[in-house]
Amino acid sequence: MSAPLTDLIAIRDLSREQVDGILSDAREMLPIARRERASVPTLRGRIVCNLFLEDSTRTRLSFDLAAKRLSADVVNFTASGTSVNKGESLLDTAQTLMALGVDLVVLRTSSAGAPVQLAREVEIPVLNAGDGWHQHPTQALLDALTMLQHRDTLEGARVTIVGDVLHSRVARSEVELMRLLGAHVTLVAPPTLLPPDVSSWGVTVTSDIDAVLPDTDVLYVLRVQRERMHRAFFPSIREYAQVWGIDAARMRRLPADALLMHPGPVNRGVELTSGAMEDPRSVITEQVTNGIAVRMACLYRLLSAAPRTEVTS
Amino acid sequence: MLHVADGGRSWHGRPMRRLLDADDLARMIRRLAHEVLEGNGGSDGLVLLGVRTRGAPIARRLAAAIASIEGVDVPVGELDVTLYRDDLALRDPMPIGATDVPVDVEGRTVVLVDDVLYTGRTVRAALDATSALGRPDRIRLVCLVDRGHRELPIRADHVGKNIPTSADEQVIVRLTETDGVDEVVIGGER
Repeated sequence: MSAPLTDLIAIRDLSREQVDGILSDAREMLPIARRERASVPTLRGRIVCNLFLEDSTRTRLSFDLAAKRLSADVVNFTASGTSVNKGESLLDTAQTLMALGVDLVVLRTSSAGAPVQLAREVEIPVLNAGDGWHQHPTQALLDALTMLQHRDTLEGARVTIVGDVLHSRVARSEVELMRLLGAHVTLVAPPTLLPPDVSSWGVTVTSDIDAVLPDTDVLYVLRVQRERMHRAFFPSIREYAQVWGIDAARMRRLPADALLMHPGPVNRGVELTSGAMEDPRSVITEQVTNGIAVRMACLYRLLSAAPRTEVTS
Repeated sequence: MLHVADGGRSWHGRPMRRLLDADDLARMIRRLAHEVLEGNGGSDGLVLLGVRTRGAPIARRLAAAIASIEGVDVPVGELDVTLYRDDLALRDPMPIGATDVPVDVEGRTVVLVDDVLYTGRTVRAALDATSALGRPDRIRLVCLVDRGHRELPIRADHVGKNIPTSADEQVIVRLTETDGVDEVVIGGER
């Protein structure tokens, strides 16, 4: 087995071998995630804490189910607002969790870098479930699993990512993982929604969506993150939909064996039309099921390498 | 990796001894096939599930032997029991292998097949893994070698060979499919 995982913070921390190991375990977890097979007792007696300092019902549900299919005990710690987001409070919270005997923390936060900070402070594994604009590693892993269910390899695959790259932790994790797996990535975005350092990402950048569609194997549409936009990055939702949105006409430009993906939840009529979502090339619902399996594999890998937490004091 | 074929040594330096060779194993598997058929009153309802890793090729060989005796192909599958183990915290992390069971076990006689029966913990995990697939009418256990030292109240229905061992010895079953050679060796110290 590849080097044990102690935390999962960012895709760039993973070796190719570790990624292959997680994806291989996730494939074996799928019948359990799909409920074709009963839950397994693997993590019985382990406590997983979902520490969600930013709202995310779907991701929390997915982690919750993943832990439960492995028979772990799950405690949910949700706090909205900013008080817990401040560095010091986060560490106080971590100390409390350790004292309570939690074996692993799944952290979702709006502060980029908070998971790294937490991992430095606690001995138990920290799993980053999305931190600000920085990283969302399990999303990229579940996307890779989905792509690999439809093609043998991602070596040389042409992956086109469309949308709000600037505010997207998904895009950052996705680009790193796709490059690790040998895919060519093209980013399509309005210039205002591209990060300033994009030239160092090792990707092709264009603003002509219609030109790249015929040469695309995987069309990955990002969510327009209205809640993250405090300034006007584009004139209006309607204009965004017209210029960057994927509709039935654009789907016709996509090859017959291409895939349409989206991290969810979709803003219908903005980045994707209902027609595009119903296209047979859309694998958006498969992504959701694969998310449970990938998160099961990550929990398994992190906890099978970790010493059991004992409650002291 | 140990290298044993002709008087090799284990990693702690004690010589390994070959107890069974390819011919011994072939005869043993034919006998076990007869025993399984006799115990079941024929091949009706049988499904052989090899416990990964080495139980899987043994199960396939048993199925081939049953086919040559009865002229019937019984379903063969393999079971990975990693997720059902109770010693996750005690051992190095293990990748999860494939579980591939070609038929519904409901109402059938599942024959679990493993290479070495030792503490019984792998078999306990295999029983749970089988139950997760459905409710077979009965579960039987075949193992090539029973080396004793059980930690759980588990016994095999059909045993290739009982080999008394001390706890610090190793018994290694090697198969052409997984190791390039058919033999059972013993020796060394843990």
